Amino acid sequence: MGRNPGIVKVILANMAVILMCVIAIYPVLWVVKMALTPSQAFSLSFNPLPTSVSFDNFHDIIFATNHAGNWLFGHWLFNSVVVATVTTLLGISLATSAAYAFSRFTFPGQKLGMSLFLVTQMFPGVVMAVPLYILLDTLGLLNSMIGLTLVYATTAIPFCIWMLKGYFDTIPKDLEDAAIMDGASRWTIFTKVILPLARPAIVVTALFSFMTAWNEFILAATFLGDETAFTLPVALQRYVGSYNTEWGHFAAGAILVSTPVMLLFFALQKHLVGGLTAGGVKG
Amino acid sequence: MSIFRLTTCCLLLALFFIFIPNAYADDENNQSISLWHSYRGAERNALDLVVQQWNQDNPETPVSPLSLPYEAYANKLTSAIPRGHGPDVFIAAHERIGDWSASGLIAPLSKTEFTNDQQKQYHDKTLAAFKLDDHIYGIPLAFKNAAFFVNKNLVSPENYPTTTDDLLAICQTLKQQQSGAFCIAYEAGNFYHHAAWLYGFGGGIFTPDGSVELVRDKNAASIDFVKQLTDNGYLPEEPSSSLVAQLFNNSKAAFVLNGPWFMGEIKPNIDYDVIGVPSVSSKGNKATPFLTVEGVLLSSRSNKKESALRFAHYLASRVGSQIRLEQGNQAVAYKPIYNSLKDTIDPKILQFTNLVGDTIPMPNTPLMRSVWEPASQALRKVLRGSATPVDALKGAQHQIKIVTRPAPQSANPFIYILIALVVLLAGCWLAFRKMKKSDTLAQMKASGTAYAYVAPAALGILVIVFVPFIVGTAVSLFSHRAGEFTFVGLSNFWNILSCADYAVDDPLSFYFTLFVTVMWTATNVFLHVFIGLCLALLLRDPWMKLRGIYRVLLIIPWAVPNYITALIWKGMFHKQFGAINGLLVWMGIEPVSWFSHFWTAFAANLTTNTWLGFPFMMVVTLGALQAIPRDLEEAAEVDGAGWFRRFFTITLPLLKPALLPAVILGSVWTFNMFNIIYLVSGGEPDGGTEILISEAYRWAFTRQEQYGYAAAYATLIFIVLLMYNWGTKTLMKES
Repeated sequence: MGRNPGIVKVILANMAVILMCVIAIYPVLWVVKMALTPSQAFSLSFNPLPTSVSFDNFHDIIFATNHAGNWLFGHWLFNSVVVATVTTLLGISLATSAAYAFSRFTFPGQKLGMSLFLVTQMFPGVVMAVPLYILLDTLGLLNSMIGLTLVYATTAIPFCIWMLKGYFDTIPKDLEDAAIMDGASRWTIFTKVILPLARPAIVVTALFSFMTAWNEFILAATFLGDETAFTLPVALQRYVGSYNTEWGHFAAGAILVSTPVMLLFFALQKHLVGGLTAGGVKG
Repeated sequence: MSIFRLTTCCLLLALFFIFIPNAYADDENNQSISLWHSYRGAERNALDLVVQQWNQDNPETPVSPLSLPYEAYANKLTSAIPRGHGPDVFIAAHERIGDWSASGLIAPLSKTEFTNDQQKQYHDKTLAAFKLDDHIYGIPLAFKNAAFFVNKNLVSPENYPTTTDDLLAICQTLKQQQSGAFCIAYEAGNFYHHAAWLYGFGGGIFTPDGSVELVRDKNAASIDFVKQLTDNGYLPEEPSSSLVAQLFNNSKAAFVLNGPWFMGEIKPNIDYDVIGVPSVSSKGNKATPFLTVEGVLLSSRSNKKESALRFAHYLASRVGSQIRLEQGNQAVAYKPIYNSLKDTIDPKILQFTNLVGDTIPMPNTPLMRSVWEPASQALRKVLRGSATPVDALKGAQHQIKIVTRPAPQSANPFIYILIALVVLLAGCWLAFRKMKKSDTLAQMKASGTAYAYVAPAALGILVIVFVPFIVGTAVSLFSHRAGEFTFVGLSNFWNILSCADYAVDDPLSFYFTLFVTVMWTATNVFLHVFIGLCLALLLRDPWMKLRGIYRVLLIIPWAVPNYITALIWKGMFHKQFGAINGLLVWMGIEPVSWFSHFWTAFAANLTTNTWLGFPFMMVVTLGALQAIPRDLEEAAEVDGAGWFRRFFTITLPLLKPALLPAVILGSVWTFNMFNIIYLVSGGEPDGGTEILISEAYRWAFTRQEQYGYAAAYATLIFIVLLMYNWGTKTLMKES
């Protein structure tokens, strides 16, 4: 497919993708505009390009301090990075091993297990928040990043298991059989054969786990009890008041929150596509 | 050995966790008074200054403030205080003291804690706001009342209206002189703002015996008045708070009815005045906006009550008031401060305090909290021309009656426990028999390795997901009224499923909402997968030279927090000012009133969520495509198979195993996608575009906190999704 695509095809394909990019970016341009406008009003005009440029809103967020003079943005960024990274590592390591077992072994409870993992995604959040609070309190994990990370990781794990299992299923079994013939242990096969081959799926699930933890604020605000312990989205949500919202600050914060995600994706995407060497899975 | 290494890895990870400095945990010996609030901006800075001052003067009992996001605030208070993790003092508006006193979060202040002499220092109305059954529950700090903001460029001071007739006359002239400008802009579809006219026309909400009565001629007349403003083009259609600010800042609105927080949204180059809301000419009554009073409340669970009370007085009286007034621009409730600072106060703040006489404290009974949603809905219904004021009010009254209906009869839990036990035992016995028959135990013993791989994930999920879920589901067997849970058995389910409250074809009935939810899920998932798949297929080919950049640009909708982008989409769907209608007009199509009709409102929600959701599917598909050997497709191409054939016979079947999980999970998430419905259509028109999860939220948070009923909704959502899961499994087997 497409070794030598015609010029017409290239132009049409590029135009289609560019149109989608425009649709994807168009609403976000207002976020940028609001962030760069010193006023705190929410304004929509037909022109989404900023008419004046001021970095006051970014300055306000980045240099905010609390009553004790702590540099809040530094704390928040650090917390967010720690929580999201640990959630991702924990989620991925637990999910890859579980997904491998679900994909390659047969054992009693296998089907039930997969269904139960899916079922967890069906629990509406509205019934969960208060019991979770009580549970974390009982476990002594309230007001700690450990508790929060555990909650995020367990929220993300079922998705990761399902995604990875689906991907592992597409990896031909003969690769492993060959390795077993060579005397490799299950663990070696898992780490040396399966994991490298599953890199695209691991990237997808890693990105997903990271986002789960990176953008959440309700649970973080409910479970954490100190301003310096908050994560970035909690801080961002503080600009939403009971009467009105400081849109300039919120928009600037939204940009600060989403930039790392885009950088992360940019860094990871080479593993997402073309991560496999030719011949690896062709079997 | 392999299992051993896996376990070691997990242990190391766990250790890494535990050694993250856990400096934020509760300190048992902590002597400081904890203060929670959700202030921001100047108000927050002023509060921090008061705290600093107090901490200098009282180093032995310092205060540590915690600023929380408004959206998590009330929930956090109600979770934390009963479990002893709450603040000692907190700042909140008076409207929820009814709920909080009923559930024991706050206790009334005694005559020694807040003496008569002290009370005399505060504005009467602010005290009244914190009074419930002759007890006072908090010390008032500041108040917020709505007033008229006048743009001086459009109206000169000698023309400031004192009556609605004046107002209408000015509107008439303005309309003739300034095309494209509106006379008045405010959130007309919000009952909070409408209250000014409602009381001005002599209407009301409560009867003397404390029940709600909205169907009154005077209430209808007040709505009719606003409808006339819209019909005459004096008031913009679908006026949202952001539109109001935008119009005023562009000198496109002469008057704005809003509270003091609006001052922060006005651009510095706008010259404006604050005046009272005009009185209603036909009645001769003053228009009477609601008064919201913020006060400092003492947690009933505090163990530092004495010092916390001292701080509360410090914050509310002279020292605190001066800082809050001068630095935080608050209209403070403490009267003496105005005399001592007469010459330095911002005249606009002073204007709000002058107008406080013509306000009415927002009712603080729990009942009021069920009035907002139906009353606002009735307003919007009239404004978009779907009902007469009287009919809309009747609808709202009916809705309030349903929401405030008495709790179901309490049931005997023993029968339920007995049945549950019998079912559990029977289930165990059946499972055991099946296991014995099929030799499962032996198989299980042989599958140690597999279990070891699964165990860490399973254990975490068991504790953190299943336990809270079972507790949450159990709540559906209870009824929650004013802090009290009563066991009612299956009554909540019976009420929902038998359509006891709403007819089957009513937009708020369970079956209607279920239908909308299923449609919502199906259309969304289809569009997500379709667009995601198309883009992924386009973006994998090396001849797309810029694909790296395209990919990053295309995940932007997923990366930016949807709270703000959803609202931008809502703005783009605005009837008069939205970009979408702008585009339609440019193409020569009539502008559409998106949120007035079910299908257009549904389409608006769908568009927003498709925009938000396709990047995820694109990323998943991009990953999944890597598992497909390209030579298969190339071989097919050599054989002369067309693009469509290649796609449906080779690519799609090979993608299926990796894509199917994403589709199933995506449909489950979309089914419960609360944010978009809430932020974009908000259920308009008349709750028609509400989905099951947003209904559950409304029962839990805006309809008298009927947690039991909300939990029953959530449990039903869960059951529906289980059935869906079972259905897809059967389908997959068949195929």
